[in-house]
Amino acid sequence: MTDGSQNGIKLSKIYDVLIVGGGNAALCAAITARECGAEVLLLESAPFVFRGGNSRHTRNLRYLHGSNNSHLTGPYLEEEFWDDLMRVTGGKTNQDLARFTIRASSNLGAWMIQHGCKFQPSMRGTLHLSRTNAFFLGGGKALMNAYYATAERLGVTILYEAEVVDLTIQDDRFTAATFESGGGRQTVEARAVVVASGGFQANIDWLKEYWGEAADNFIIRGTPYDKGRLLRVLLDKGAKAVGDPRQCHAVAIDARAPKFDGGIVTRLDCVSFGIVVNKRGERFYDEGEDFWPKRYAIWGRLVAQQPDQIAYSIIDAKSIDLFMPSVFPPIEADSIGAMAEKLMLDPAALTATVETFNSAVRSGTFDAAELDDCVTEGLTPPKSHWARPLDTPPFYGYPLRPGITFTYLGVTVNERAQVIMQNNVPAPNIFAAGEIMAGNILGQGYMAGFGMTVGTVFGRIAGKEAVRYVIENLKGS
Amino acid sequence: MSSKTLKEADRVMTICNACRYCEGFCAVFPAMELRRTFSEPDLKYLANLCHNCRGCYYACQYAPPHEFRLNIPRALAELRQETYRESSWPQAMKGFFQNNGLLVSLITALSITVVLLLTLLFQGHDVLFSIHRGEGAFYRVIPYAAMVVPFTVLAVVVIVGLGKGFVNLWRATGGTTEDLMSGSAHRQAIADVLKLKYLDGGGYGCNYPDERFSMIRRYFHHTVFYGFMLCLASTTVAFFYDHLLHRPAPYPFWSWPVVLGFLGGLALLVGTGGLLYLKQQMDREPATPETLGMDVAFTVLLFLTSLSGLLLLCLRSTALMGTLLAIHLGFVLGLFITMPYGKFVHGVYRYAALLKNAVEQVREKI
Repeated sequence: MTDGSQNGIKLSKIYDVLIVGGGNAALCAAITARECGAEVLLLESAPFVFRGGNSRHTRNLRYLHGSNNSHLTGPYLEEEFWDDLMRVTGGKTNQDLARFTIRASSNLGAWMIQHGCKFQPSMRGTLHLSRTNAFFLGGGKALMNAYYATAERLGVTILYEAEVVDLTIQDDRFTAATFESGGGRQTVEARAVVVASGGFQANIDWLKEYWGEAADNFIIRGTPYDKGRLLRVLLDKGAKAVGDPRQCHAVAIDARAPKFDGGIVTRLDCVSFGIVVNKRGERFYDEGEDFWPKRYAIWGRLVAQQPDQIAYSIIDAKSIDLFMPSVFPPIEADSIGAMAEKLMLDPAALTATVETFNSAVRSGTFDAAELDDCVTEGLTPPKSHWARPLDTPPFYGYPLRPGITFTYLGVTVNERAQVIMQNNVPAPNIFAAGEIMAGNILGQGYMAGFGMTVGTVFGRIAGKEAVRYVIENLKGS
Repeated sequence: MSSKTLKEADRVMTICNACRYCEGFCAVFPAMELRRTFSEPDLKYLANLCHNCRGCYYACQYAPPHEFRLNIPRALAELRQETYRESSWPQAMKGFFQNNGLLVSLITALSITVVLLLTLLFQGHDVLFSIHRGEGAFYRVIPYAAMVVPFTVLAVVVIVGLGKGFVNLWRATGGTTEDLMSGSAHRQAIADVLKLKYLDGGGYGCNYPDERFSMIRRYFHHTVFYGFMLCLASTTVAFFYDHLLHRPAPYPFWSWPVVLGFLGGLALLVGTGGLLYLKQQMDREPATPETLGMDVAFTVLLFLTSLSGLLLLCLRSTALMGTLLAIHLGFVLGLFITMPYGKFVHGVYRYAALLKNAVEQVREKI
């Protein structure tokens, strides 16, 4: 088949806009470009059933809004948004682009609803985010289903299991893409490209470049399809990198989670109520430093630094009902020694750790909802809050491993979502959106629902700017 | 967990409870969130609270082929079917829920044959195929006692059977006698039933027959429900006309029994027809193949009962009246006999679950 069509895609024709990727940013770009009148081809590497990238595991989006509405309980204004972003990134951000993103997120909800998103009315159990974050009814996969339906209705050509492996770029200008589909390689031409294919966190070999063999013990919380292939292509072809390549958002999650795609359910919220030991049965960090939602993201790295990248959270019967139920049942034992055996730890070492911990606990008034005064004394590392002796059987144990959410390395972009090349000149028709460029704004840390904000804002901009380029270019020729 | 079905329901709800993304769809998820672990009564309650709107299936990041293989609507439908069997009264009838479609069809066919044959046998060929008009015309074909006595006895059996089933399910889901007496909970549950609230999928309808949100199933189901209620009202009014006012059927078109019955019959035709059409289109994945026969048999039976009733109304002044009357009564007989042992029970058990939900929600707010 040289120039025939397959699955609705015509390889003989030149598409206006090629979208690489199939998550939130890709769909926002595809929908926007199509609504501007372009012929749009979207190539998604995942099969239909796993389409949607990491967006299928998301649940909410944070956007600027002046007042409450059907799904948000109060206003979220620019300065508060800005302060929140500065706090989580510690100032590691492109300030102009960050300010621009926040402003561009103003009332995003209205656009989303117009394009099929259904928000759920604010209710309990939403991490106290009901004022700042809008929750998708049914979560991110439901949102992706809605966006795909909208894109199809508008006439975007969508091909699944089509992995783009190379881009033809001459003088910083994109002309064609090579993709693998149905066992063969094909080339498709387009006037502009939007790369929205995510980070490289599912590429264990790439992670090993920075983490060594330890990366074999990492669990990837999201899609197995984010292998960073296009990120590598863009960087190799002269795109200017952004973000620390060594950094990734790593959370401590249940070690029994699937290697990929475990998503939200693998999180464990028990750490701050007990002790955490490594495979030698030793504690290694203050479990009660702060509320778990403010600390879970440092624990991924902490566990990654332990031997064999494994740790165990141990609580007793007093704490079992204090946190969200876990997907895997806890390992249960009537004594610390028996727990050690079940976890395959040295019983003597674990017993000693627990005895030392228990005798260092100073009595206080336990309060799970406050930074309470239950502390240890003379213990290294200390436990600063919620320290209660482990003395009430049954004891419960949960194995922990680092769970990688996303990587920070990406390509530099400007406010038009154009990829900036190493000579600091923007590529005229190469655009990027979503996780692949989120590092411009999120240099470190994370803020719930903000990845979706960046994806939606830059997806829409990339879609629009790609069409603007196509129109101007056609006028010129 | 005492059965494979319960084990699977426990497995899927435990995973679900660690996610909770679907809490905006229906009552099942907020009820799930009140629990950390699930007892058998909890699971049976959640199974009957599920309306199979399927929102959670299409939204699920863990749906097959994900290794967690979450298919909440199917797991709960299978457990629901198990509770139908276990709650049926008398227990000897629980086997009726297996091959239910076939059994319901056979019993209905048998009912029609029996009514026709008995009429022919006792009344003779001439009576059955003659024209009868005016007051008491129906009784000239099938005598008063032959009509009223069997149906009254049957009605009592049906009410007792459904009532016992309700109590059995109420106990099986952990309901207490005290909660059963809560007036406010009954008011809430009745409102939920009348509005068919949980087929609205959080305000956008079910994902039925396919992935798209749609109110169509809710509207068709409403049509069936209110059509059935109109027919019930028609029968009740006719009963009073006959026994208190001593005005036996048939009645003129512009009379309460006929107008109510006519509208109800039309609604049932449209509603059941619509539901059958949707069922034929539906995605089978979030359903259990086990109940397909039961669902279809009941819906078809309702459709044919109303169709035969409407035909009887149209042709009652012709020589076909006798045959149509016998056929219609045969359908009604089949419907009555199978009522406590088929799809009809879903309404009764769903009510029990909605009642328990109303009790829990009130308790939660206090």
